[in-house]
Amino acid sequence: MYITPPETERHTLSITVTNESGVLAKIAGMFSARGYNIESLTVADISPDDEVSRITIVTSGTPHVIEQIVAQLDRMVLVHRVNDLTANGPHVERELALIKVAGTGVRHDEARKLAEIHHAHTLDVTPSSYVFELTGSSEEIETFIALMSEIGAVEVARTGIVAISRGKAAA
Amino acid sequence: MTTELPGADILIQALIDLGVDTIFGYPGGAVLPIYDALFKQDKIKHILVRHEQAAAHAAEGYARSTGKPGVVLVTSGPGATNAVTGITDALMDSIPMVVITGQVPSPLIGTDAFQEADTVGITRHCTKHNYLVKSPDKLGAIIHEAFHIATTGRPGPVVIDIPKDVQVASAHYTNPGKITHPTYKPAFAGDPDLIAQAMAIFAQAKRPIIYSGGGIINSGPHASAALRELVALSGAPITSTLMGLGAYPASGPNWLHMLGMHGSYEANFAMNECDVMLCLGARFDDRVTGRLDAFSPNSTKIHVDIDRSSINKIVRVDLGIVGDCGSVIEDMVAVWKAEGYAKADLTEWWTKIEGWRARKSLNYAKSANEIMPQHAIRALWQQTNERNPVITTEVGQHQMWAAQHFGFEDANKWLTSGGLGTMGYGLPAAIGAQIGNPDALVIDIAGEASIQMNIQELGTATQYRLPVKIFILNNEYMGMVRQWQELTYSSRYSESYSDSLPDFVKLAEAYGWKGIRCSDPAKLDDAIAEMLAYDGPVLFDCLVAKQTNCFPMIPSGAAHTEMLLESAQVSGTMDDEAKALV
Repeated sequence: MYITPPETERHTLSITVTNESGVLAKIAGMFSARGYNIESLTVADISPDDEVSRITIVTSGTPHVIEQIVAQLDRMVLVHRVNDLTANGPHVERELALIKVAGTGVRHDEARKLAEIHHAHTLDVTPSSYVFELTGSSEEIETFIALMSEIGAVEVARTGIVAISRGKAAA
Repeated sequence: MTTELPGADILIQALIDLGVDTIFGYPGGAVLPIYDALFKQDKIKHILVRHEQAAAHAAEGYARSTGKPGVVLVTSGPGATNAVTGITDALMDSIPMVVITGQVPSPLIGTDAFQEADTVGITRHCTKHNYLVKSPDKLGAIIHEAFHIATTGRPGPVVIDIPKDVQVASAHYTNPGKITHPTYKPAFAGDPDLIAQAMAIFAQAKRPIIYSGGGIINSGPHASAALRELVALSGAPITSTLMGLGAYPASGPNWLHMLGMHGSYEANFAMNECDVMLCLGARFDDRVTGRLDAFSPNSTKIHVDIDRSSINKIVRVDLGIVGDCGSVIEDMVAVWKAEGYAKADLTEWWTKIEGWRARKSLNYAKSANEIMPQHAIRALWQQTNERNPVITTEVGQHQMWAAQHFGFEDANKWLTSGGLGTMGYGLPAAIGAQIGNPDALVIDIAGEASIQMNIQELGTATQYRLPVKIFILNNEYMGMVRQWQELTYSSRYSESYSDSLPDFVKLAEAYGWKGIRCSDPAKLDDAIAEMLAYDGPVLFDCLVAKQTNCFPMIPSGAAHTEMLLESAQVSGTMDDEAKALV
């Protein structure tokens, strides 16, 4: 007997929750308990009174699984709202990465030039290294990391996706 | 301004304000302040169980038979972890329950203190919601909110973990009254347009079926009443899940018996061939659907459920209605009448159903030498049905035989562990049901293996003079395990023999119960009469035919139409795909 994985699609979910201890464990635990994927997860307080946090989760699954994920999130006591941004129209997604590149001489110059072309900010510089900051789509960040890897990227930190719907309405 | 009260007193006062009159529990170090507060009052009765798992099951039995939430009080660490099986059981079967657990004092949390366990962590995924109370100021509000969450929407267990210092420290308490929660807003009424659409489809059906479940029982007696009216108005046949038995009477003319793995031939074939399926408060469990790609292939499916995540979870439906079953069915009845829908001519459909019924799938072999387990259930029903008893069960063959052969006429009379399938549920659930219904006849139909999982609760019934009856179908096997080993593993009985059984009659007597043993079919009726005549708890050890299996059966991975009706059809082994299914 062999197990064949089903066809999946990628969705970005924006979830507002009551900001209290345990809520992130509850949500992350629901994903693991029911066998759902988390590709990235970001969470931060978004309210002036520290009451509400936004969790952005990138997940993948069959359309049926995505529908279940939204329904399972929606019924949690501390969840205010679940917005499947991928399903609900246009939205923007951004990610921030910090990339440390080591190298001297030609390599050092090459790293700086490539960073300029990609509009990366230089946060730290030494004669033999840089730390660049790049904000963009996941694809842009991956392209930049791939380039820097050839020069000598030694360490990468990424935030994971944050996302918001386009237009004037709060979704 | 109210005077300040210690946390333990706030808890007791809040419970009294919420109408709680019974708690099932077990004391320990981290709940001593609460037990002292209990000692000083007389409004709440505490039932001392012998193991915390039993406290949770007793609370379930109390809740399921009365419609009121069950309340559990246990200590930290092992008290809480022992209760976890019962809490999970309540989650799976949607039983309203509030579990109060003691916790080590706040400053000691996280230090691996004596009897410390991460109770909110452990119970996060087996509760509907849980709380760690960090301050006595918040305790009263949390208790009220917990009951609101446990009892509304899809009911379920809520855990409140209270550190010992919070039980001792003082704060003000006021009764908040009706709760409006900022984020938890369960649906109640269904969308009227969808209900109208559902009835338009249902009224047109040529081969309709109603498939009802435990949601009807949870919704309350009005839901059963509305269901019966809808069946009468439409003339549709009705089947039910294990959890929904009693919502429609077993003696009703439209009753097809339970469906699913051990359901009747007529129920499963009618599900397979219907053109409109109206699913009310059931959740398309794998025990009900059989092989999914063969499940009711040509029907329009309408699903009513209070939990949005139940709709389209397993089976794609054509019309999903989120709402309380009772409310939605009442609206359906109103629409049916307002639209002037007439009962359709279902003669052809019923003729077909009668053909399936004629297979008499629930028939069983008779024997003059040994007691057939199905006959024992039937004999028990014969002598008790007029008293409308509350029946609890353990898990296994006896549970399925009870579901098949004991006819239930009303809701809240059938208490069984359906979702989690917890052996050891029946005796504590019977104790809880007897506490909640002091005048009722309460019988735990058990197996000799399951009953031993919470056998210590004999002592609880003795202590509170509860006249609970236990009726053990003793075949000296974990029968359902053995049945699957016969079906799948060429009868290699790996560890399924109940060796070294106790003498149940002596065991009963040791606990102050009456013990009866019967192995002769000719003496069975008299022995049951003796059990029923005894004013006190009785353990009845009914020695039944050892090798009997539970039929009909849909083997796992098979379609509704691939039912096995008798053991002669059972093959000795299965392929890996079938072995991998539960």
